Amino acid sequence: MKKLIIAGKEFTSRLFIGTGKYSSNKIMAQSIEASATEMVTVALRRVDIQNPQDNMLAAIDRKKYLLLPNTSGARNAEEAIRLARLARAATEINWLKLEVTPDPYYLLPDPIETLKAAEILVKEGFVVLPYINADPVLAKKLQDIGTATVMPLAAPIGSNQGLKTKAAIEIIIAQAAVPVVVDAGLGMPSHAAEAMEMGADAVLINTAIATANDPIKMAEAFKKAVQAGREAFEAGSAGVKNHADASSPLTGFLRD
Amino acid sequence: MNIDKAMYSETGYSLERLNALISPDAQNHLEQMAQRARQITRQRFGNTIQLYAPLYVSNFCVNNCPYCAFNCKSKLPRTRLTIDQAVKEAEILAAEGFRHILIVSGEDKNFITVAYLTELAKKLREKFSSISIEIYPLTKEQYDQLFAAGIDSIALYQETYDRSDYEKFHKSGPKSDYDWRLDTLSRAAQAGFRSLGIGFLIGLSDWRTQTLAMAEHANLLMKKYWQARVSFSFPRMRPAENVDEKLFRYMISDKELVQMTLALRLCFPDAEIVMSTRESQAFRDNMAHICVTRMSAGSKTNPGGYAEKEQSLSQFEVADDRTPDQVALMLKSIGLEPVWKDWDKAFNE
Repeated sequence: MKKLIIAGKEFTSRLFIGTGKYSSNKIMAQSIEASATEMVTVALRRVDIQNPQDNMLAAIDRKKYLLLPNTSGARNAEEAIRLARLARAATEINWLKLEVTPDPYYLLPDPIETLKAAEILVKEGFVVLPYINADPVLAKKLQDIGTATVMPLAAPIGSNQGLKTKAAIEIIIAQAAVPVVVDAGLGMPSHAAEAMEMGADAVLINTAIATANDPIKMAEAFKKAVQAGREAFEAGSAGVKNHADASSPLTGFLRD
Repeated sequence: MNIDKAMYSETGYSLERLNALISPDAQNHLEQMAQRARQITRQRFGNTIQLYAPLYVSNFCVNNCPYCAFNCKSKLPRTRLTIDQAVKEAEILAAEGFRHILIVSGEDKNFITVAYLTELAKKLREKFSSISIEIYPLTKEQYDQLFAAGIDSIALYQETYDRSDYEKFHKSGPKSDYDWRLDTLSRAAQAGFRSLGIGFLIGLSDWRTQTLAMAEHANLLMKKYWQARVSFSFPRMRPAENVDEKLFRYMISDKELVQMTLALRLCFPDAEIVMSTRESQAFRDNMAHICVTRMSAGSKTNPGGYAEKEQSLSQFEVADDRTPDQVALMLKSIGLEPVWKDWDKAFNE
């Protein structure tokens, strides 16, 4: 499996993990481990980022996992930028999952404010991974201003509905010059495998693992699915045909 | 609408769906409703419950609500906290782990002023990631000031949506203005408040019609102020000093309260559901398992209750007097992570 490179950093795993909704920090830590991820995102609203003793932060081994702070809950660019700066000042991490989600119910990303915030944060030296709707034009614009990835959603966050935005994500993958990370809405390992087979560079999973009956086992299942999907993509699909090719052709008797 | 359709084939809110789910017939389907409610809650909110604590700053009140111990006719001793006293109370809560605090007060306009609240909020922001208020209604401009000082959430109950009952219970004082009260959450939302707490006092009027009215109010708030989140509270009347319990003509059973909560959860999958220490330990523990998303713990309902030895007048008797630690341990034992912090002061700095 080819290594994934984001902003010059190499990743062996193409599965990123969210940290919300777990029944305990212990189970969260075990699930992270079982997923073999190398990047873990935490909501700045949920942790006390200035305090390394924070229960959730303390449960994440920073030597093993790149901590990716996110700005979930920010209603506009201004709030997201402020959170980002505070997080960087406290942790010296300049990676950021940019989320501007003014609607508290579906947490859908605001394209205008996301673009605005990304522009400023990139200039300030952040490695910006923006969470966006599956909008190919927005993805191009973000790439143009220098974001490290684009992270289109597969379905509303937490909905486990799978690749509802497949047609738009296919276009984003076809056009992107930066890694495409499918984020939000993937509910089963088969969904993740499908995204990887399509050529997504990575996927981010939270609810599907955190709220499974056995999160650790589910984390492992996602690990395998992401790996299988990626390997299939690299192997090159034999293609889907809507007719059968007979192995003993009818015209086999014809010789030059 | 029949109950099966309301439970299984419909999603989201409609008055007809809610009406079917709160109907007497639906009481025979509580288990199925609870299963569905739990599944929705876990998916949307995960295996977590947010914890908060109230900070009562004054039990002076100019209103004369006969169902409330703070009513102005009551001869009981009154207390107001200075800013320093209130901060001292809050420090105790912060040391217990709380990062979400709810400032509560009677209608004590000359003392609990906007200036008082902004000064207090600025001090509390050092320790708390989210500050809510449950006080008398203010103007939009006053909410602007509070929001700028770091108060981001509000709870304000209509008490009863029935206009004639409302008039009966609020004959005099500023609270007699039904419409001013009804528009309060809209004004707060316009000022940028993020969480809008809605409810009615359970026991004052028929719960079924009240639930429908409250749901219409919530739905309107969600549609119009789409950047704020609505949270439902279920303040069931509790015994209190100098309050005649005969006033609570429409008290409801545990079964009915569960039905009301489940019906609202099925219709509003993303709304917060709050359960305070008005309810008993056993009731809260069971509801935490089903659809509650936010709980208070270790609450004192009198000003100075956390720090002072001498106890002042409480608004009501709490039914669950466990410490915050005990509540957190209970949550862990049923597979839920207690969440002390789920916001950050940096949002509205």
